[in-house]
Amino acid sequence: MGSRGAGHAAQFHVLAVDDSILERKLIERLLKISSFQVTAVDSGLKALQFLGLQDSTYQFHQEVEVNLIITDYCMPGMTGFDLLRKIKESTSLKDIPVVIMSSENVPSRINRCLEEGAEEFILKPVQLSDVNKLRPHLLRKRAEEQLSISNKRKTMKECNSEELTNSVCFATGGNPKGFLLCSRTGKASPHGVEVTEHAMRKMRRKKQLAQKKAWAPLEVSSDEEPLRQGEGDAQEVEQLL
Amino acid sequence: MEVGQLQRKFVDYTASLFCEGFLDEQFTQLQQLQDESNPDFVVEVVSLFFEDTEKLLNDLTRALDQQSVDFKKVDAHVHQLKGSSSSIGAQRVRNACIAFRNFCEEQNTDACSKCLLQVKQEYSLVKNKLDTLFRLEQQIVEAGGAVPMVG
Repeated sequence: MGSRGAGHAAQFHVLAVDDSILERKLIERLLKISSFQVTAVDSGLKALQFLGLQDSTYQFHQEVEVNLIITDYCMPGMTGFDLLRKIKESTSLKDIPVVIMSSENVPSRINRCLEEGAEEFILKPVQLSDVNKLRPHLLRKRAEEQLSISNKRKTMKECNSEELTNSVCFATGGNPKGFLLCSRTGKASPHGVEVTEHAMRKMRRKKQLAQKKAWAPLEVSSDEEPLRQGEGDAQEVEQLL
Repeated sequence: MEVGQLQRKFVDYTASLFCEGFLDEQFTQLQQLQDESNPDFVVEVVSLFFEDTEKLLNDLTRALDQQSVDFKKVDAHVHQLKGSSSSIGAQRVRNACIAFRNFCEEQNTDACSKCLLQVKQEYSLVKNKLDTLFRLEQQIVEAGGAVPMVG
């Protein structure tokens, strides 16, 4: 899951679910005209199969990335709400934004869906203005993913020991040539590594430089989890290299 | 009839359909989704609506004809019809469906039968109107003109 990093300008792929062929045709057109790539299926079950949660004849689902799921609420068999719940319960799919459509304006239904994790609830008939509201969710999600990917990235080739001695940890978000600069003063601190006055000044300068280049300075993690209060030291950080 | 006259006839006719409540804003939305890459979009969607509706009306007739009427089923059909008519902007059909659903809730067979009749009438009317509209469009295109954008 996730884009391959900065510069990946692919379209967003939306999976549309509705049991009515008329509605599918409509939503498909609305999405395509808004430059989304669309796959339309006629049931929750087919949606789960497409997403790879269920045994199916879809052999290529592993390579297909879905950026958003838009589903009708009232469907025979598996409702849109059931589908939403199954997606949010799945470790592999729970981060895909889900939007629910319904022709009925029932506040309790809307709340239930939003509480279950739906991103938006759209009243039918769906219009272009509704579809335009989807893009910000997708852009934000993509930005979050890229930040998270570069945060875990370990492209440390540009590091040398001098930089290691003097600077403080940060990662450059979204830049494939980004590198980590790590402090080496050795003591544990709330940020995992103690920062000397000298290092602070250098860090500030590097932060400014990073900001100038529109990189996002972040706290680096010593492993897959974010640094915890008082834990982590220069050794752990060095092990990243 | 020459192109200019046909185009004026088309514009007036479309306006009257909106005026008389047969069509609403949603129909305009459909027209805006049509372009050179999808030149028959409106006709295609409306054709789906016709097919869908005819099937639903048959199902409804059968369902209300039963000894013991399954109102849940009837309501489900009407709900679907309300949805599709709303999606293409067939306002009067949609409104007839709303009234119909109220009587389903009351489990009133007689009232439901009357509603079904009403829905059938409204459907028949809007179908005729839309067929006429599409025929006009075709005539304009055949006469070498462009179909005016209305709304």
